[in-house]
Amino acid sequence: MMASSYNAKEEDGHHSVSAASGPSAGPSAKSKKPDNTAFKQQRLPAWQPILTAGTVLPAFFIIGLIFIPIGIGLFVTSNNIREFEVDYTGVDASSPCFTCSQTYSWNSSIPCKCAVSFSLEQPFESNVFMYYGLSNFYQNHRRYVKSRDDSQLNGDKASLRNPSKECEPYRSHDNKPIAPCGAIANSLFNDTLELFYIDPNGTRTQIPLVKKGIAWWTDKHVKFRNPGGNNFNLTVVFQGTTKPVNWRKYVYELDTDPENNGFVNEDFIVWMRTAALPTFRKLYRIIQKKSNMTPTLPRGNYTLDVTYNYPVRSFEGRKRMILSTISWMGGKNPFLGIAYITVGSVCFFLGVVLLIIHHKYGNRNNSADIPN
Amino acid sequence: MCTKRSGWVRLLYYRYLYPCTGEENWVDSRTVYIGHREPPPGTEAYIPQRFPDNRIVSSKYTFWNFVPKNLFEQFRRIANFYFLIIFLVQLIIDTPTSPITSGLPLFFVITVTAIKQGYEDWLRHKADNAVNQCPVHIIQHGKVVRKQSHKLRVGDIVLVKEDETFPCDLILLSTSRDDGTCFVTTASLDGESSHKTYYAVQDTKSFNTEQELDTLRATIECEQPQPDLYKFVGRINIYQERDEPIARPLGSENVLLRGATLKNTEYVYAVAIYTGMETKMALNYQSKSQKRSAVEKSMNAFLIVYLCILLSKALINTVLKYVWQANPNRDEPWYNEKTESERQRHLIRAFTDFLAFMVLFNYIIPVSMYVTVEMQKFLGSYFITWDEEMFDDEIGEGALVNTSDLNEELGQVEYIFTDKTGTLTENNMEFIECCVDGHVYVPHAICNGQILPGALGIDMIDSSPGPDGKEHEELFFRALCLCHTVQVKEEETVDGIKRGIHQGKGTSFYISSSPDEVALVEGMKRLGFTYLRLKDNHMEILNREDEIERFELLEVLNFDSVRRRMSVIVRSGTGELYLFCKGADSSIFPRVISGKVEQVRARVEHNAVEGLRTLCVAYKLLTFEEYQDICQLLETAKLALQERDKKLAEAYDAIERDFILLGATAVEDRLQDKAADTIESLHKAGMKVWVLTGDKMETAAATCYASKLFRRSTQILELTTKRTEEQNLHDVLFDLSRTVLRQHGSLTRDTFSGLSNEFQDYGLIIDGATLTAVMKPDQDGSTGNYKEIFLEICRNCSAVLCCRMAPLQKAQIVKLIKFSKEHPITLAIGDGANDVSMILEAHVGIGIMGKEGRQAARNSDYAIPKFKHLKKMLLVHGHYYYIRIAELVQYFFYKNVCFIFPQFLYQFFCGFSQQPLYDTAYLTLYNISFTSLPILLYSLIEQHINMDILKRDPSLYRDIAKNSLLRWRIFIYWTFLGVFDAVVFFFGAYFLFDNTTFTSNGQMFGNWTFGTLVFTVLVFTVTLKLALDTHYWTWINHFVIWGSLLFYVVFSLLWGGIIWPFLNYQRMYYVFMQMLSSGPAWLCIILLITVSLLPDVVKKVMCRALWPTTTERIQTKRKCLNVEQSTIFMLSQTSSSISF
Repeated sequence: MMASSYNAKEEDGHHSVSAASGPSAGPSAKSKKPDNTAFKQQRLPAWQPILTAGTVLPAFFIIGLIFIPIGIGLFVTSNNIREFEVDYTGVDASSPCFTCSQTYSWNSSIPCKCAVSFSLEQPFESNVFMYYGLSNFYQNHRRYVKSRDDSQLNGDKASLRNPSKECEPYRSHDNKPIAPCGAIANSLFNDTLELFYIDPNGTRTQIPLVKKGIAWWTDKHVKFRNPGGNNFNLTVVFQGTTKPVNWRKYVYELDTDPENNGFVNEDFIVWMRTAALPTFRKLYRIIQKKSNMTPTLPRGNYTLDVTYNYPVRSFEGRKRMILSTISWMGGKNPFLGIAYITVGSVCFFLGVVLLIIHHKYGNRNNSADIPN
Repeated sequence: MCTKRSGWVRLLYYRYLYPCTGEENWVDSRTVYIGHREPPPGTEAYIPQRFPDNRIVSSKYTFWNFVPKNLFEQFRRIANFYFLIIFLVQLIIDTPTSPITSGLPLFFVITVTAIKQGYEDWLRHKADNAVNQCPVHIIQHGKVVRKQSHKLRVGDIVLVKEDETFPCDLILLSTSRDDGTCFVTTASLDGESSHKTYYAVQDTKSFNTEQELDTLRATIECEQPQPDLYKFVGRINIYQERDEPIARPLGSENVLLRGATLKNTEYVYAVAIYTGMETKMALNYQSKSQKRSAVEKSMNAFLIVYLCILLSKALINTVLKYVWQANPNRDEPWYNEKTESERQRHLIRAFTDFLAFMVLFNYIIPVSMYVTVEMQKFLGSYFITWDEEMFDDEIGEGALVNTSDLNEELGQVEYIFTDKTGTLTENNMEFIECCVDGHVYVPHAICNGQILPGALGIDMIDSSPGPDGKEHEELFFRALCLCHTVQVKEEETVDGIKRGIHQGKGTSFYISSSPDEVALVEGMKRLGFTYLRLKDNHMEILNREDEIERFELLEVLNFDSVRRRMSVIVRSGTGELYLFCKGADSSIFPRVISGKVEQVRARVEHNAVEGLRTLCVAYKLLTFEEYQDICQLLETAKLALQERDKKLAEAYDAIERDFILLGATAVEDRLQDKAADTIESLHKAGMKVWVLTGDKMETAAATCYASKLFRRSTQILELTTKRTEEQNLHDVLFDLSRTVLRQHGSLTRDTFSGLSNEFQDYGLIIDGATLTAVMKPDQDGSTGNYKEIFLEICRNCSAVLCCRMAPLQKAQIVKLIKFSKEHPITLAIGDGANDVSMILEAHVGIGIMGKEGRQAARNSDYAIPKFKHLKKMLLVHGHYYYIRIAELVQYFFYKNVCFIFPQFLYQFFCGFSQQPLYDTAYLTLYNISFTSLPILLYSLIEQHINMDILKRDPSLYRDIAKNSLLRWRIFIYWTFLGVFDAVVFFFGAYFLFDNTTFTSNGQMFGNWTFGTLVFTVLVFTVTLKLALDTHYWTWINHFVIWGSLLFYVVFSLLWGGIIWPFLNYQRMYYVFMQMLSSGPAWLCIILLITVSLLPDVVKKVMCRALWPTTTERIQTKRKCLNVEQSTIFMLSQTSSSISF
């Protein structure tokens, strides 16, 4: 594309234009012998590997031998993870949240509450992570993904007053800039979930839910910052801005804890990290293990008290609450384990096939007569 | 597609198509006033016409129009235009990626190209200036004035001295010679190095001084400029004192063309008629049109496929998007509302969506591929110039690359057309023997420059001739000393004429346009007769007795290729008139009336079979009356105004007859070093070698045998005039084709069984005349038939010899093969100006920097010092370039499929919203920096087989014949491999992300982590895939491959490690590091890379084990051999045992 080969017009005999194309045309008059360097003569010392059945064979066996145990390990780990999931959308008329899901209104003054009871068959031993899950919710839609202003969220005061155009149509309301602006912030998940353990004797014990440590550390401490830092009075700082249309509270009213208020509210930060796929879950709370003696969540009956605010029925979405323990490899996901076992076995099998081929044909090749 | 035909060739066509210059159609004419002087009043109105000045402009741009014109030129290329469109679309509509992602690379490419072209144009400007400012002498007011060439105007009278080149097209007025002739060589125009005679206008030839010329009043009427070099019609009107003007016709013999050089004439006066860009040479100029290689054609075909893929991807996604969006809750759910403007543009929305998808997927056709291919070609061609083995100490030059576009075509050659003299042979003539009346004389090879008196220097093969023979012998030697056009150049440092030739070597030497003549005169010198000089029209010869004999030179009947002989008429000291003639046997024998014809003929034939160039010598004694007649005859012929050439030829024919045969000479033109070895290698490599020569059949055939083009076992098929005289052409052709096809039919079964040892191979000999007959369109148009049969025969012959070819016929042959139905890749190699036509015609033209000037080298695509270098050029360089660029092209498409296909899949999971999977930085840098260097380096230094093995085993060349690495099958394999890998990346990440967490602290990852995971796997897989394909790991490869992976990691760490203040988004902040902090992400990356590479490795290993190609066998074998050899590849064998 770039070098159309070109040769200077030549008028032989009359004058000779040294053709300017090609690397060597210019100084053709110079009769210099080319340098005898290994590079120029294309004789650099080199390692010349060749993939043959013989050389690849051991690699295949080794891959097989390594992958299969890893796969088994992953699979077992994944199976040991306790996970419990409950759908509280309330699609069926029988489900407890049905009424809440029917009477949806963002601005209803009285929040709709419902309680979902469930029972755990097995105790959850270690720390339990509580997620909410949404499906059919396109957090990865382009219009949605870009509808945010990272400088505003980073505490930039100019952006606070004048948010990025990307935030449209959630940029300003009543001629006041919205803080935080954009579709993502506007659609912040605002159901409140509370978990109660029902003793066999019938008493409800609220299970303490920790809301710290659910967002990335870097997000909370670097990427998200309140304007003027966290020490100022947020009410003053956010003066002149308005809340996102769908919110009930201002952003500086999200939490009473100044460390977790405004833009650095962890629930908010978690929501702002847009999910990769339309069915996703987000970390909601952590249930810390209290002591070594008792499991974090013993088996038995529980109630999930839901303050039902978030409408999903319009786009046929679902809401779920998930309880899960976590291992070093994260939550329950048999994929990696199975994949490792499969690939390991395939490699092993191929190794065997190659061994046969190598045995049958390898010698033939080496002894084959090659015309020289 | 590409009509490549240089001006030079074109004019040859003109000559062949319109040989007759008789009837003219006067479209328009111009009137030239000689010396800008008005004719005497009353004759005609003086209308000054405006003509361009003599400025030659070859540059394309000026300072002012460079930018717009260059940009226009660049965007005319379809690929650039495509990227421009994409860029504009990104600027105008709301697209998923920022305009920078495509604007930056495009800007880079355009700038680099503009700089390069600007530099080249600057060079052209410089060259133009040099030409335009060189001085010319003009007569003004009776004085000679020096002017710059570009100030020359039509009508100026120009003075040109010997060895100067004519600055424009001129009409010859007068010369320093009395007869008003001058000699000119037009070698630089048409490649004919012989001197041609031009004639001054009869009525002006007496105007010999500046003052006289100043009195000349004349006008020239002539046609407007036209490109045919051999056609000119005009009229000169000479006004004399009050008389009616004398009108004389002007023909092409009066026109001195720009570019030709004055020879053997002291000076000429001539008047300019066509100047500057209107000269015939400038009109004939046609830029060497660009040759495109087969690889480039495949690449363009692949591009179209990818364009279709791109369009269909965008279309599918657009349609699906609208299907999916039919539900308003999906199109615009409450959490993701559109802006007012987005809602309103509903009608054109679909189209902009389509464009947005195009932009999202446009990386599948990468800008960087073009840049990389250009860089590869440009940088790669340095290896040819650097090659020490292709350096020739004798001429002190190595190979030259004039076009780097055709590097890979060197690996695809199927037909080689080679010139004989100077290409296969050295064009260094050596006198071998002469035969007088059947007695053979052989001079001692070495004389140390001493002229040995008597017969000491002669080995008499036969018994000594009798006294009568003695006389003949001396006459023969004298004949050879006299009958030639050799000039003696004495060295300038020598003072005094006495220190002549006999004083020793080195003081003087012979020069001639024909090396044969020099060889003969030098041969005579060794046999005792030394030609001293031409002085006062007397030729001086030093005979064996050291006496100087003087002969008056009366007439020279110059050599021409039609007569194939030349003659001189001399008067000896004793007053006898001799006509000596020497020429080709075929043109002498029919004119001989006495002499020992049989003996000489036998010897000549014997020598011809030995591959020697033979000439016969004859003479006749003339009486004074005869001489008078001859003079009369020549004079009238020379003065003829019409058909002068024809009349001259007739006169020559009448004069040169009734000879007495003296004898014959034999001159050897030695084969070039390793010519036979080279041809054998080329044969083994599956190439068909054709020799195209102007030489006669026997000599050419002998050279072919000597150079192993024909082997003893080769069955020779002759298609020559001799044979077609006996049978008609039709029958001969059918006979031959039957012979060949019978063999061929029984052969097809085991064609693949390998080399040509088992079956009969054929060699075809065809001569120029028969070829014309074959090619000539018949009345009933049945030629196609002959041509087809001829091609069919040729296709089955391993070697073809075409003798007695005119330059144009060489090009015709090349063209015939080039456009035959298989469209084979042709290569033409030659050294002389007469090879230029075929060099330009063939796919690849190679020039040999020979003795006959640099015409061929300059017009070629590559120039090499010697024929033997062709072997390395094709077998090593060509082979390497081909496999390198083939991999480059395939790999580029592959890696972009891997890159873009996951984005396509992602659309199905993000509501067809054109959400890019990767971050902008990754989108931009993927092709520019993460994956660019390893493939560029691979394409520069990959060596799948060792250089020495490639040279030793030419049959490896067959493995890559017919563009085998860029076949559709292989292209589809690579594409599917890309798609497979892309599916693996995407769904691997998808299942890992599937609704769960994979960190040990329970936190979740978002869409950017998803993209980064896919991208990381992608970069590693694609780079490792190249690593698997690399057979030649130098430290540079290690550095670049591991370096670019490291660069990716470092860049990602940096990119995500800082809140970048100039960005309006911080989406990548800590994404990469968070991903790496998760164990399963690592495991997933490793798994996905393994899975992606697995099929390709298995395919490679399986193919190698089960269906190995020759290349692969050699590779395997080399490994075994290496163990025994202690070579520099110690490293290779030790490490290869630990390799995969």
